[in-house]
Amino acid sequence: MSNDLVQIGRRSFLKRASVAVAGVTGVMASLSPLKEVVGDIDIEAWLQQHYHELSPEQMKDVLARLEADAKRTYGVDVKVQDIKPRPDTKFAYALNLGVCVGCRKCAYACEKENNVSRSPGMQYIRVLEMDKGGVNLETANHQYDPETVPKPDKYYMPVQCHQCDNPSCVKACPVNATWKEPDGIVVVDYNWCIGCRYCEAACPYWARRFNFEKPILPKEEINTNTAYLSNRPRPQGVMEKCTFCLHRTREGRYPACLEVCPTGARVFGNLYDPKSEIRYVLENKRVFVLKEEVGTVPNFFYFFEA
Amino acid sequence: MKDYLAFLRRSFALSFVGDWRYYAWMTLLTVIALIGLNAWAVQMAQGLGTTGMTNQVSWGAYIANFTYFVGIAAAAVMLVIPAYLYKTEPLKKVVIFGELLAVAVIVVCLAFVTVDLGRPDRFWHMIPLIGKFNWPISMLSWDVVALSGYLLLNMHIAGYLIYKQYLDEAPNPKFYKPFVFISIVWAISIHTVTAFLYVGLGGRSFWHSAIVAPRFLASAFAAGPSLIILTFQVIRHFTRMKVEDEALFLLRRIVVVAMVINLFLLMSELFAEFYPHTFHVASAEYLWFGLHGADKLVPWIWIAVTLNVIATAIFLSARSHRLVWLNAACVLAIVGIWVEKGMGLIVPGFVPTPLGEVVEYGPTFNESLVCLGILALGALLYTIMIRVAIPVVLGGLRREA
Repeated sequence: MSNDLVQIGRRSFLKRASVAVAGVTGVMASLSPLKEVVGDIDIEAWLQQHYHELSPEQMKDVLARLEADAKRTYGVDVKVQDIKPRPDTKFAYALNLGVCVGCRKCAYACEKENNVSRSPGMQYIRVLEMDKGGVNLETANHQYDPETVPKPDKYYMPVQCHQCDNPSCVKACPVNATWKEPDGIVVVDYNWCIGCRYCEAACPYWARRFNFEKPILPKEEINTNTAYLSNRPRPQGVMEKCTFCLHRTREGRYPACLEVCPTGARVFGNLYDPKSEIRYVLENKRVFVLKEEVGTVPNFFYFFEA
Repeated sequence: MKDYLAFLRRSFALSFVGDWRYYAWMTLLTVIALIGLNAWAVQMAQGLGTTGMTNQVSWGAYIANFTYFVGIAAAAVMLVIPAYLYKTEPLKKVVIFGELLAVAVIVVCLAFVTVDLGRPDRFWHMIPLIGKFNWPISMLSWDVVALSGYLLLNMHIAGYLIYKQYLDEAPNPKFYKPFVFISIVWAISIHTVTAFLYVGLGGRSFWHSAIVAPRFLASAFAAGPSLIILTFQVIRHFTRMKVEDEALFLLRRIVVVAMVINLFLLMSELFAEFYPHTFHVASAEYLWFGLHGADKLVPWIWIAVTLNVIATAIFLSARSHRLVWLNAACVLAIVGIWVEKGMGLIVPGFVPTPLGEVVEYGPTFNESLVCLGILALGALLYTIMIRVAIPVVLGGLRREA
């Protein structure tokens, strides 16, 4: 670059024009992999507002669009509803580690109920095979695979979202795409999440999952009864998590993981209902929470009772 | 306004003018940047599954590089402080090239976070008022503010001074001095806030340590000025811009102190991790010795620390008053710190997971191409900026009568 005093003449115009053409061609060629997804671009979806900003009419349009999307993608008639929390309700969960046998039925039932991608590592519930003598997660076996469970000298600890009262994931999110609902459930607006995965780094219970690719869902196994904030089919590149099956529990049913449990280890209910099973357990059993020291105040309790 | 547009037009034209070496360099960078863009397009189409990241290790090379380069950008302050506060002559003449470097490097940082997003198409959700910006609660929102503010500050200061010289007018101190002082505090803040991204996560004990922010600053003020020392020599070799040796050796003094502090803080961290040997040592154990047979990072961290120790020894010895040795030490420090606070800081935070699972991470080929592309983009931007700045500073490029 010795030529600091520049005279731009007509001759250099041609040179510059050819550089410009080469540049534009280069950029276009570089972006060519996007051609296969250009068809998926939907301006209306792109401009969609945050869940809290949608009017009832807008929500109706959004739900219709999501149903049409699901039909187009999976060829299945999925019903997507916006199910609101019930008044005077706060959900909590308790799990009896004394009877859990580690069969992982809950994890698989959850996966199916919630249309979770079948790609590895996506299940919301992780069951840990633990050494007796402590609650040492570091020596927990995640990949245990014996002929029969339970194994002697082990106990089993399923972990899923603890729906914390002081959720570090909600604090982390830069765009408010995840928040705590009035009934205590921490939800994600899959249409608002930007996929930065800061919440995933923030969660001390490893309860959040990211769609590293387009979800893999076998058509015949899709659950067609879905809700906007829970189990509707998700797009690529966003976070998701356990919602205590809010599309079921907000309508008075149990979460899928509880229903399938063969040992009755799982207890679920409304903390504000003095006659609920969960209240009975919290009042009468010696319950504890996992990692109390991180201060997230979970609504998921464990207890041991044979 | 007309003058300003003419200045931009001429700057743009000027960036296409140079000798064959300039063309070769610019073509090379453009090609690498386009290859990176292509790799990013592949990633956007197929998802972040094209990277080595998983739900277990959910951040990798992108965020590691982001962290490192925020430090490099912040380190421009080590030129600004002596130049403006102490009015050190040899540095005053070249401080503008440090500020321009900060601009290019912040662009690199922003590019690294952008490619890390699962939904870059939804970037507008982050724009205050139009989207929903979780400020002041989310530390990430603080980082967005800190980085864009630093970018604007440096663009303003460097742009204003260069433009005034182009107009052949004396700059009005009112229009840039206050911003210079703000930028000094701001530079410290960008790296502190970046450290707080990690420190603020109570569930990740490897990062949840008060020493992370000071360590970040120390390593940044070692690696950043090292890079500036090398860059200045490249500039004076290939252009008519003179950079005095004295300027380089002034920077050397900063690096020496920063390197020693960095090693000291590292040692403090290691003591706190390994001596009590609580459960929380697992991540550090993974990094330094391997955990349950997983030891991918072990050779890297030992190489990095060896490089840092050798670099510090050279910086401390009288030899570093010779440019050859100084340059060697700078290269070692840049590489050593890149490994130590890049992958060496990010990945072990995820290993083991909060539930104790050990899954390792390594970047894929596509992911590496994206990284290289971003680095090429940064080099391209910086070259263009100094291509314009040098003739202005030397008096060759002035407003046309």
